[in-house]
Amino acid sequence: MDIGDRASVLSTPWVEKYRPVKIKDVAHQTEVVAALEQAVERGGGNLPHLLFYGPPGTGKTSLALALVREIFPKEILSQRVLELNASDERGIRVVREKIKGFAQGAVGQAKVKDGKTIPSFKVIILDEADAVTGEAQTALRRTMETYSTVTRFVLICNYISRIIAPLASRCAKFRFQPLPTEVSFNRLSMICKSEQVTASEDLLKLIITRTNGDLRKALMTLQSASRMVPHGSEIGDKEIALASGEVPQELLERFRSAMFADSSFENVQSVVDDVVLGGYPADGLLHQLCDLLVEEDYAELDELQKSALIMKMARAESCLADGASERLQLLDVGARGMYISKSRENSSSLFKV
Amino acid sequence: MKPNNRGLLWVDKYRPGTLDEMDFHLELKERLEGMAQRADIPHLLFHGPPGSGKRTRVSCLLRLIYGPAAEKLKVEHRSFKVGDPPKEIEMTILSSIHHIEANPSDAGFSDRLIVQELIKEIASNAPLDVTAVRVPFKVIVLHEVDSLSRTAQQALRRTMEKYSRTCRLILMADSLTKIIEPLRSRCNLVRVPSPSEKEICDVLQKVSKEEGFELPDQFAVKVTKACSRNLRRGLLQLQSSKMDNYPFAEDQPVSRADWELVCIDIASLLMREQSNKRLLLVRTRFYELLTHAIPADAIFESVTMELLRSADQEIAPAICECAAEYEHRLRQGQKAIIHLEAFAARFMQIYKEYIDNQYSMLIDDD
Amino acid sequence: MVVKMEVDGKDPKAVKKDLMWIEKYRPTSMDDVLSHQDTVLTLKKLIDGKRLPHLLFYGPPGTGKTSTILACAREMYGKTLGSMVLELNASDDRGINVVRDQIKTFASTKRIFSSGVKLIILDEADAMTSAAQMALRRVIEKYTQNTRFCMICNYVNKIIPALQSRCTRFRFGPLKREDLIARLGEICKIENVSIEDEAISALVDLSEGDMRKCLNILQSTDMAEAAKNGRITAAAVYANTGNPTPAEIEECLQWLLNDDFNTCSRKLSGLLEKGLALSDIIREIHKFMMLSSLPTKARIFLYKELGEIEFMLSKGVHEKLPLNALVGVFKATAMLAVEEGQGATG
Repeated sequence: MDIGDRASVLSTPWVEKYRPVKIKDVAHQTEVVAALEQAVERGGGNLPHLLFYGPPGTGKTSLALALVREIFPKEILSQRVLELNASDERGIRVVREKIKGFAQGAVGQAKVKDGKTIPSFKVIILDEADAVTGEAQTALRRTMETYSTVTRFVLICNYISRIIAPLASRCAKFRFQPLPTEVSFNRLSMICKSEQVTASEDLLKLIITRTNGDLRKALMTLQSASRMVPHGSEIGDKEIALASGEVPQELLERFRSAMFADSSFENVQSVVDDVVLGGYPADGLLHQLCDLLVEEDYAELDELQKSALIMKMARAESCLADGASERLQLLDVGARGMYISKSRENSSSLFKV
Repeated sequence: MKPNNRGLLWVDKYRPGTLDEMDFHLELKERLEGMAQRADIPHLLFHGPPGSGKRTRVSCLLRLIYGPAAEKLKVEHRSFKVGDPPKEIEMTILSSIHHIEANPSDAGFSDRLIVQELIKEIASNAPLDVTAVRVPFKVIVLHEVDSLSRTAQQALRRTMEKYSRTCRLILMADSLTKIIEPLRSRCNLVRVPSPSEKEICDVLQKVSKEEGFELPDQFAVKVTKACSRNLRRGLLQLQSSKMDNYPFAEDQPVSRADWELVCIDIASLLMREQSNKRLLLVRTRFYELLTHAIPADAIFESVTMELLRSADQEIAPAICECAAEYEHRLRQGQKAIIHLEAFAARFMQIYKEYIDNQYSMLIDDD
Repeated sequence: MVVKMEVDGKDPKAVKKDLMWIEKYRPTSMDDVLSHQDTVLTLKKLIDGKRLPHLLFYGPPGTGKTSTILACAREMYGKTLGSMVLELNASDDRGINVVRDQIKTFASTKRIFSSGVKLIILDEADAMTSAAQMALRRVIEKYTQNTRFCMICNYVNKIIPALQSRCTRFRFGPLKREDLIARLGEICKIENVSIEDEAISALVDLSEGDMRKCLNILQSTDMAEAAKNGRITAAAVYANTGNPTPAEIEECLQWLLNDDFNTCSRKLSGLLEKGLALSDIIREIHKFMMLSSLPTKARIFLYKELGEIEFMLSKGVHEKLPLNALVGVFKATAMLAVEEGQGATG
């Protein structure tokens, strides 16, 4: 293989390379797939506006694309489908111009595809719909109503709570579930074979656990890890840890013991220092700490202490999401953890009532 | 370590030009070399605290991939017309024939649009004959990606997917936490930790040898401790300490940036007196710093760390809680001075209560 | 800019097949409007007596505000609907210029062979800037002779008081259960949908008085179930929307109140893996807890913390910590309740 070929083959993200093409290829989302296949059977004419929501990497965008590919023949796809997403401009003007312009355009003569009448509407796929401003969503709502004879909208988002209620109520909502281990495992194994990557069953399962049902993330972690070893060598835990950017066990251990065993603030400061200066993500540390606390036989803290600390950690993560200083938030959690582990009586002070 | 001709500051003069010249992060070096060899780089996200060497590593990597052409940089001041209604945004761009570098958060609220423009531009100027070039894509280096708004990061995400055939992105961030999850998962993460204290000490010693001056171990350690494992800061501090006074005296203090000294002073003011009058004085100090464009979060951290250093261990948790709370508010709010002042006031309250408690316990003991 | 009325008096069955049910079954005459008989009666009287005031319709979505005013318009104007009614909404520009120009143009032209007032419908009036609303006030005053305004909004407090005082307000509350159930039954007959009574009940529960929501869920469940050729069950409805069923919520509460931390955490995670959203679960749990008999301090603590967790989730953080925080909150609440109880008797 010459360099040109190699370069383009190597560099394609597996997420794109192995994206499902047909509705039925989309893994696991049985409710949605059934509903959409039905709709396609009937020629798609009865399709309402759709709202696909759920965690990332579960097939929302793939399914939307597969749907339009099955309803419309290839030749008219570009006239009948408009795809908009967060990488385009957002704001009230976009809604008014782009969408209206597209929606108002006349639809050609109804033809037949595979024996079924092609529906006479156009489809607008709005990816990352929860990134659209509230104002624009309000405008979108009426546009949808006005043009519902000639267009159908497919809104895609992660959090349905970010979609204003009046908009969501105009759509048929479909929740995309996180993929179960079995399903992800099969996909990953298949891709490993196809890409000649050596990874043990346990390792694949580890990746899946770490990525919480997000197939995209699992695949990216796998691809990223595969780049760290020579082609054909086995991928190990080390590569996965590096690829996923998690905090090393040793630091987690030190944090835990600084809070609960040594009860030393100096130690807490030292660990936090190492975490921050090591470039490790603070939210990662909090997640890993949480996993530790809810482990089967973890007994260092009693129920109430555990509750108080985890509530504090949740609040810290929320602050981090707002952009607060990692160092200060971790120090705060560490200090609170020390205080919590020392107090056995006087329980309501744990919760600051 | 080889001196180059990049300037008088030791930070620049001794910056490694190739991966081989790197004094630490050797494992990282292997990884980057592997990527460059295979002519396969995915999108990369270099993350790590300031002064850990991210920028240097990226330059070295580019040099390895594209050869010396990557070092011939041009500085451009470009103006982009973006948005609706169209606005003119001025940006400083560094470019070579194979890549461009920019800091999109310079564009403020229009950061998202700049990012899209840059990527579209580079992606459309891809080399025509893919097979004739060893590396068939261009690179866009974006600095301070963690300062980008969430919308800008979202925009980046999809644009990356769209143009990944013709260009690669190398993103740089101080902290991974501020990068949205989807962006984290679309890039290969390259963690660039701060060098250890020993590594910093070693570098300082090497520089002193190259520069031909005496650096007593004890002073080297002092500088190392003072720079909080930020090598850039360490080298600057060493250089300006030497300019202050050489040969280094026994008890010579490490030369520090003015603003850091002000912060240390603020901490000391807070601890020595807790009163309205004092609060007003502290406020003026804060204002001075802010008007000199010292970032509010840096002031916060600096003052807090100094307070933690000087106050009793016993109230350290209370200080942390208070600092975390007000710094969080600072992030969400608009006027930094209000939150800095609130923090100062609250600290005074905590400290005063603590002192009074200690005092009354002493009296009781009698 | 006049928007053509889409369904002007046609029999629903004859309307094109490609319509969504929420459009197909929009009430066309005033008698078809559900639940708000008093309002409709009042409006009819006002129309008949030619004493129609400026109107302000407000209330939650899907309760019939737009349908009612459209039906009124049909009643008042019949075939001349197109030229006597101007409909503006939030998808159009709402700046001051629109208010001044479009409305002025429409309001000031007089139709030669007609008498009676013209109607301007302002949908989503709460999306108008307050400057635009101010300008609107003056326009209303100026043309009150031959125009009537009907403003529609969800949040009446977003309408400036000056405008509110110039209108007669009508609240459109959530639709009544009986009305929804009856209407759904009719629609299912027409569309040939085979459905169990509990499923209709579930639909109505989930919709919270919003007809539009109801019909959308019905239509999408029908789409999914049609493949299976059976009757639509309540379980199918819940599965389709991904909402937790009442049984699942009861289970959650059992775990939260009785199990130890780790077990509870594990079970809740399992529920999330099934596809439920933590924010939905919290919403439903909250409803239950409102009816519980917790002592005051504990109750206050619980609501406050549930609110915090819900807020965290809205920022888009990973569900892991909020989920465990929820478990913790219940443990703390239980402890506080016991303490409070002891304090009272001790």
